[in-house]
Parts: sequence; structure tokens; C-alpha cells
Amino acid sequence: MTAPRTMTPRTLFEKLWDAHQVAPETPDTPAILYIDLHLVHEVTSPQAFDELRTRGLKLRRTDRTLATLDHSTPTLPAGPDGERPYATPAAKAQVAQLETNCREFGVELHGWDSADRGIVHVIGPELGATRPGMTIVCGDSHTSTHGAFGALAFGIGTTEVGHVMATQCLLQRKPKTLAIRVDGALPAGVGAKDLVLHIIGQIGVDGGTGHVIEYLGPAVEALSMEERMTVCNMSIEAGARAGLIAPDETTFAWLKGRPRAPQGQAWDAAVAAWQTLKSDEGARYDREVRIDASQIRPTVTYGTHPGMAIALDAPVPAARNAVEQRALDYMQSEAGRPMQGTPVDVVFVGSCTNSRLSDLREAARVLRGRHVAAGVRMLVVPGSEAVRRDAEAEGLHEVFRAAGAEWRVPGCSMCIAMNGDLAQPGQLVVSTSNRNFEGRQGKGARTVLASPATAAASAVAGRIADPRAYLTEAAA
Amino acid sequence: MKPVTRIHSRTAVLADENIDTDRIIPARFLTTTSREGLGKLCFNDWRYLPDGADNPDFPLNRPEAAGCAIVVAGRNFGCGSSREHAPWALLDFGLQAVLCSEIADIFRNNALKNGLLAIVVDPAEHRWLLDHPGVELAIDVAGQFVELPDGGRIKFQLEPFARHCLLEGVDQLGFLLQRADAITQYEHQHEEKAA
Repeated sequence: MTAPRTMTPRTLFEKLWDAHQVAPETPDTPAILYIDLHLVHEVTSPQAFDELRTRGLKLRRTDRTLATLDHSTPTLPAGPDGERPYATPAAKAQVAQLETNCREFGVELHGWDSADRGIVHVIGPELGATRPGMTIVCGDSHTSTHGAFGALAFGIGTTEVGHVMATQCLLQRKPKTLAIRVDGALPAGVGAKDLVLHIIGQIGVDGGTGHVIEYLGPAVEALSMEERMTVCNMSIEAGARAGLIAPDETTFAWLKGRPRAPQGQAWDAAVAAWQTLKSDEGARYDREVRIDASQIRPTVTYGTHPGMAIALDAPVPAARNAVEQRALDYMQSEAGRPMQGTPVDVVFVGSCTNSRLSDLREAARVLRGRHVAAGVRMLVVPGSEAVRRDAEAEGLHEVFRAAGAEWRVPGCSMCIAMNGDLAQPGQLVVSTSNRNFEGRQGKGARTVLASPATAAASAVAGRIADPRAYLTEAAA
Repeated sequence: MKPVTRIHSRTAVLADENIDTDRIIPARFLTTTSREGLGKLCFNDWRYLPDGADNPDFPLNRPEAAGCAIVVAGRNFGCGSSREHAPWALLDFGLQAVLCSEIADIFRNNALKNGLLAIVVDPAEHRWLLDHPGVELAIDVAGQFVELPDGGRIKFQLEPFARHCLLEGVDQLGFLLQRADAITQYEHQHEEKAA
């Protein structure tokens, strides 16, 4: 069945929104929005399960709910006694609580015994549970990642996690739309992470507040699925509700054959439907921004939020106010000097932003035949068990180990630093994660966000380094 | 949720822009499975010195901030993660309202669902409030205004449903559960289409 053609051209966001309204919004009430997929992890769900229990409610659609363990989990393997090295008894209890809750409420959990366990935003797509046209939520702000598939995906709080568990719906006001058109092509050695850091640097850490961003244009169409996920992942770092990229042949090819993707005739029908999921000619956005990809260079952060981003060889801008000065002081960044050359203590490759196979390959390409500089600690944490298997099958773990890096078990790890993987006060971390807030990677730790290539190059150099020299040499 | 109609308090000011949820409650405290008792961890790494003593530079540690239930915060308060632990911690710490010129979407949504008034005021009035810590304010939810000591008013707007829920103490999950028939009907149509 096809929807009747409307006269008004619609954006991709409007198509997704319209298709999921159980009831439209009115002046007095928000829309009731249906949620196709609810992703669950141990940190933001226990109080919601308790709410169901208190009210004597069942979880409405267990077939639309998928759980995993990722935030509080250790990334060192279990000991000979089978005990996993949890950071605290509370972390262990939290994981056990999710196991209990999933058993009690009938939720599929990708736990320790699953070959598919991993970071929630890595495994959803891997399993083909994330598909174009869906609405997807999770008690996690980086749910925006799934927008890379043309799904409306956003983070929610625990009260709303309970709403979705009990009703499969949310009360939502329609957000505004922001089109970010990226023209031209990214130069060699410049990737999706550089692009999204550049975008946030341009529009600001609150530049997307109240909006759903749709990324468009040739430089976006040229991105792989993994790269699109990196871009959509960080939409929240500009304050946006969600990020979106229209599905295309790249999307379909990536999804085909995944465990939860439709098969056979159902696949063909699905692709035909997904091909309509793009903004119509003449569709209006509330705001539009244009970015020239050809001007972007390897980009890093120099302050304490992701909007404080700049090309690594460009001078750090002077503080415009006391808060920015405090951020520079905290980071020990100096106005007028580039970040390139800053001594590094720790390098982290991982997180829902950059822990997929292509990210690990990018880091390995720099590290192959080289060694992490003396005094630098480097952690490489794959995003999922599947990524770990694939990486090990092509020997990437040996490249990392030979270079002196630690190869860990999948999880969020040092991105959120709640599992014991953390930096010490004052240490400078070049990190492929998504947030450089004060203390995010450990109390007093200083975070510089970067691409996997920049992170790996900085590990080798012992200072923040331009990856392009290393990538060229590796290719030669 | 208990109804929230009017809040009366002196203000304390946290002037920094972009106070993120990691500053409100650091991630390492999120291993809790409860929503209770988070107030003592609120602003932990800002509020305490490394030796555990109160940081005299943290504005809410100053004697004049004692008992303040209203915080005026720098632009873009609550940016970052979706953790509802942030409003839980602020409420348990004793705050009942945050006034700001811009508040991050997920935080604002979470706050209002817990009865923490996350209120956006226009930039000029925000500037005035930032410059006048300790001013006595009354926040009127029904009238959607902040009353100043001289009787002057700062207007604000709450999303109408959020305002209704605050005033009446509406249980939003109950509201959704009452629409179970419409949800079931939607599921039938939606899943037929997808099949």
C-alpha cells in the first residue's frame, strides 16, 4: 500500500514523523509517536524496569526491544576463575540487574555469553535491527548514530524508557529541521570524524538545539555506512535531537544479509519502500547551513566541549570570555599555538563514534610497522564482539599489540570512563570518542577528540600529530 | 509526580555556559540502580576539593547560596548525555528550578518530567538574573511568569502539556496507557504495511 501523494514536498524527517504518529500533536498535547525499536543497556534502564514492576505492567513489545551490556562492563577478560574484573561491586550489580530484568520481562539480551554483545549503537546496525524508515530510541544520547540509516533515532531519559517499555510510544513535540549540505569532497587523509568535528566547530555546541539535522550533499553521499554513523553519532554534540542521512545504495548494500534484515522477496519490497525515504525536491527546512568539505583538514578539539574544535595545525583561538579561558586553562591549551605538537599521555581508540572495523583498520594502517612512543599508553577497544572477531581474523590485534597498544574486550570503556578504564588527573588523552567535557575520561583528565588516524599518529609521535604523513608513508 | 505550582526562593548563580551532565553528575556514579540519594554526588568534581573538603570556589558552596532552590545558569545548561540522573541529583540536592536562556533538549525534557522547572527566559532578562545573584524570585507555573521583588515580571513559556502535567501532577505514563486502543490500532495498520 502506498500513501496518497501529498501536494506539499516533505523532508525525510517529516516522512518519518508522519508515518509514526499514533495521534498527531494538538496545541494542548504532544504527538503520540510510535517507536519501532527500543535499545536498552544497564545504566539507564533499572529504574524503568522498577517502574513497570511497581505498577504491575508488562513490557508491551519484547520483539521490538533489544538489550546489551556495554557501559559498566570491564574491557579486560575474565580471570582463570571466570570472574570479570568489574571496577566496583555496584558495576557488577548493575549488570546482574539487567540480566535479571531481561529474564523477568522477556527481553532479548546480548550479554556475556552472546557472540553479538557490544556497544548498543554498534550492534543495532550490525544485527540489521536498525533499518531505514524506523523510529529508534535508547536511554542514551548517542542513539543519533542510527540516523545514518535514514531512521529517526534519538536519546531519551529513564522516565521515557519506562514509557516505551509499557506502551511502545512517546509523547513528543515535533522538532525543527536543519539541513547541513556538505559540498565538494573530503581531501585525502581527512575523514568523517574531521568532518563532524568541523561542523560542530562551525555551528556550535548548541547549534542544533531543538532541531533534527539532515546531512546532505555529495560529500555525505560519498561516505561509507561506518563514516555516516560517525557523523550522525555526534549530532547530539551540536545539541541536535537527531541526525539523519537518506538511505541509498550504500545503505542497502551494507544491510543486505544481516540477521534481522528482510530476506528474499521481503528484501526487494523493503528496498523499494526505503527508496522513497528522501527529502522531496523543494522540501523546506527551518534552517540550512553549507559546509565546503574540500577545505577541511584533520580536526581536533582544544577546549572542554566538542564545539571547541579546530584544524590541528591552526592556531588555537583566543578566549572570548572567562568560561572559554577556563576551558583553555583546564586543557593547558595556549591561544595562538596549534594543538599539533602537544605532548600526549594516553590514546584511546574506541566508543560508539569510532570503534567499527573501518576505524580499527584506519588506526592499524598508521601503526603497522611502528611503535607507540615511550611513555604513551594506548587502548584499542572494539565496538562489539563481531568487530573483535573480524579485526582478529585480519590480524589487526597483532598490529596493535606489536605497536605496544592494549587490545581489549568490547565496551564503552574510556569514552565514559565508568568501568575503570580512565586517565589520571592532568593526563592528556587523544580520544576517538565524542565528549571532551571536564573529567569525562577521569577526574582532571584532559581530552582531545580526534579521528582514529590522528589518534594513532599521535600515539606514535607521542605528540598530537597530523596523520597524513603517516598514511602516505603506509600507502607507499 | 506531585503538582508544582509556585516556587519561591532566592537565586544562586552558576554563570558558566554549557554546564554539561558530566559536571552535574560524573559518569562514574551512574552504576546505581536507584534514583534516590544522588544529591550528595551532585556537581561532585566541582563542589569538592581533592581532599573531600568543600570547594570555596563552587558558587553553591557559598553561605549566601544555602537553601537556594532556584539556580540561574549560563546558556546551554544540561548539554551532553541523556542521563536522568542529572535532574534526580539536582532535585535531591534541593534545587527546584533552573533558569537559563537556552537549555539542552533532553535535559529539559527529563527535568520537567520530574518536576524540576527547567525554564527558558529571554537573553536580556537572563543577563539581568546572572548579574543579580541572591534576588528573591517567585516562579508561577500557571501564570508562566517569574515575579521580581519589585513586582516586575519576567514571562516564560512552558510546553502546554508539560505545564498541565506540572500543575495537575499528571502521570504521563498513565496518560499513554489510557490510549492503548489507539496504539493497538496503529500497530495493526503499521505492521500490515511493513509485511
